[in-house]
Amino acid sequence: MTTTSTLRGALTQLGAAARALAVMTLLLGLAYPLALTGFAQAVVPGRADGSLVERDGQVVGSTLIGQSFAGDRSYFQSRPSAAGEGYDALSSSASNLSPANPEFVAEVRQRIKDVAAFDGISPADVAPDAVLASGSGLDPHISPAYAAQQVTRVAEERGLSVEVVRDLVADSTAGRVLGFLGEPRVNVLELNLALDAVSDRGH
Amino acid sequence: MNDTLAGLLQVGALIAALALCYRPLGSYMAHVFTTERDLRVERVIYRLVGVDPRADQAWKTYAVALLAFSFAGVVLLYAVQRLQSGLPWSLGFPEVAPDLAFNTAVSFVTNTNWQAYSGEATMGHLAQMGGLAVQNFLSAAVGLCVAVALIRGFARSHTGRLGNFWVDLTRGVIRILLPLALVAAVVLILLGVVQNLSGGVDVSTLSGGNQTLPGGPVASQEAIKELGTNGGGFFNANAAHPFENPGAVSNLFEIFLLLLIPVCLTRTLGEMVGDLRQGYAILATMTVIWVVMLAAVWAIEAAHPTAAYDLAGSAMEGKETRFGVPGSSLYAVSTTGTSTGAVNSFHSSFSPVGGGLLMLNMGLGEVAPGGVGTGLYGILVMAILTVFIAGLMVGRTPELLGKKLRAGEMKLVALNILTMPLLVLGFTGLALALSGPRESILNAGPHGLSEVLYAYMSGANNNGSAFAGLSANTPFFNITLGVAMLAGRFIPIILTLALAGALSKQATVPRTSGTLPTNGPLFVGMLATVVLIVAGLTFFPALALGPLAEGL
Repeated sequence: MTTTSTLRGALTQLGAAARALAVMTLLLGLAYPLALTGFAQAVVPGRADGSLVERDGQVVGSTLIGQSFAGDRSYFQSRPSAAGEGYDALSSSASNLSPANPEFVAEVRQRIKDVAAFDGISPADVAPDAVLASGSGLDPHISPAYAAQQVTRVAEERGLSVEVVRDLVADSTAGRVLGFLGEPRVNVLELNLALDAVSDRGH
Repeated sequence: MNDTLAGLLQVGALIAALALCYRPLGSYMAHVFTTERDLRVERVIYRLVGVDPRADQAWKTYAVALLAFSFAGVVLLYAVQRLQSGLPWSLGFPEVAPDLAFNTAVSFVTNTNWQAYSGEATMGHLAQMGGLAVQNFLSAAVGLCVAVALIRGFARSHTGRLGNFWVDLTRGVIRILLPLALVAAVVLILLGVVQNLSGGVDVSTLSGGNQTLPGGPVASQEAIKELGTNGGGFFNANAAHPFENPGAVSNLFEIFLLLLIPVCLTRTLGEMVGDLRQGYAILATMTVIWVVMLAAVWAIEAAHPTAAYDLAGSAMEGKETRFGVPGSSLYAVSTTGTSTGAVNSFHSSFSPVGGGLLMLNMGLGEVAPGGVGTGLYGILVMAILTVFIAGLMVGRTPELLGKKLRAGEMKLVALNILTMPLLVLGFTGLALALSGPRESILNAGPHGLSEVLYAYMSGANNNGSAFAGLSANTPFFNITLGVAMLAGRFIPIILTLALAGALSKQATVPRTSGTLPTNGPLFVGMLATVVLIVAGLTFFPALALGPLAEGL
């Protein structure tokens, strides 16, 4: 091949490339996602719109997205969060800190102390997820262990018996799917909504 | 149920699902790339594009078409981002800065999906679905094309012709990626992944705060992001975000999707070269590496031998409650062993040695089982090196699948293998030598080196995952990583197509008693060893300074 014919060949291919890209963009970039959006909105609109939860006609969140209850003793607490100022759903993020980073190690030590004091338990009994942030910063769940350590505090704060709160925790706890997929977990927003349904926030 | 047993059952379910699909999908893909018949929709596309589907292309023509198509892809994606504010569904986001737009355009066209931006704070819905997700399909289809061209190089003789790029591309999209993505997206939608065109919902939270819940065409993008081993998240937190990956079932399904095509392509290889056992041998090698990596990473994360996790009692930083350590380790090893780079947990917060293994998994060249197409042609190149080394030991001309591997072929293979390490180590050294780039590091000390090494490892291997502490949205990182992604993608592609061209010109030599069998357990062991040794020799010093220094 001579240089001119190579160049002409390349230009021909570039023209074909531009046309192919246009066709594929219409098909894959518009037809495909819009057809699926139509399907989703027709068949499972609730899920497709983010599994929103309402109370008294007001949307109060999504069962899939965690919320901050930071410092409110009458609510079960979520995990620490690195999403913005905490559970900012417009800035999902992990901390990306190394577990060997000395500043982070000191931070974890401090959090264990704080959580133990907040829940009135021994530092040795603090659940790991009470002091470690999730990958998304929006984790809607906590471990059953972290929920269990908060029961007494919440019950006292709301003037409820420990048994009632424990039952509510059990209602919001899900086991592994089919017995082996994923991990046991407690949905914090669902649990706190259930709490509000049976009692005032205390204060 | 005991945690370990539950995790093992989860791995078992994944392997069983892949095994069920292996033969039907692998054979179907072989049919797609060998049949003479075009579908009506494909004939319409060929007419619109203006190409002759029966033209059989020499490797150079095939390569020029591929490069022209990828170049056009970069230009369009750059333009879409730069003009975003004037496009529909922009959600009020401004145009993307030039260096970031360049980086992102290159990133998606090269199947890397490195993201120096946060999806929910940068990209409108049109940029996501009409720009980024289109390249999720097309970059995967391009990978398929190269793999198929290399297979034809082995399967054909006396021709020098590798097929037609436009036909392979169109068939890859129309008959393989699009139908699979449609099914996968429907499944994800039913599992709770978001799919709408909303600009977000403002809510007042229970404790009196405000939260804006984002919306978007997420499921449609999630499906092809996994299936095409792309990995670019709709949201910053990628598949850790509950709107992308709401539960344990969606998690396993997404891991299944990202392994599906790379695994089944080994069957396609077996059928197209007329030696099914060759396909099994390649798959066995990939599986051995994947299993060893998974066992090591999972064991380390479960034992969590690092200060912060000793205090807390578990390695859950950067991991979601619903996935836990097993579901996060399984995802992490699968995403770094393919070229996906999607994450459901944040690798920077893995125990240092665990994070180092994820880096090594990419450093192996992503062949366990690798990206869509890239995994297969990557491991075939390593297979050629393996028979060459074996040939040197016994003093015979090496052969693979009936093709002799002489000086010309071996030069192409050697250059191919050297490209990625050169990019990774060269750029890492450069970034660490300059004081400006060093300021992007989040964690001081060895972990800081790991952040930079991981970035170029991810870029040059077209993976896209990150030790995300690194503030990579700077002109230096955007441009150098862009160059690493381009060179790491297209230099091996050109060399692989040249190799395919050379192989297809040869006669096929008959197998004799002196031919090294390449479809048995001995070869599997040799190939896995060569993959490990090449990467080990290349990256051990750098890994020793980063993750090993931090973890031991």
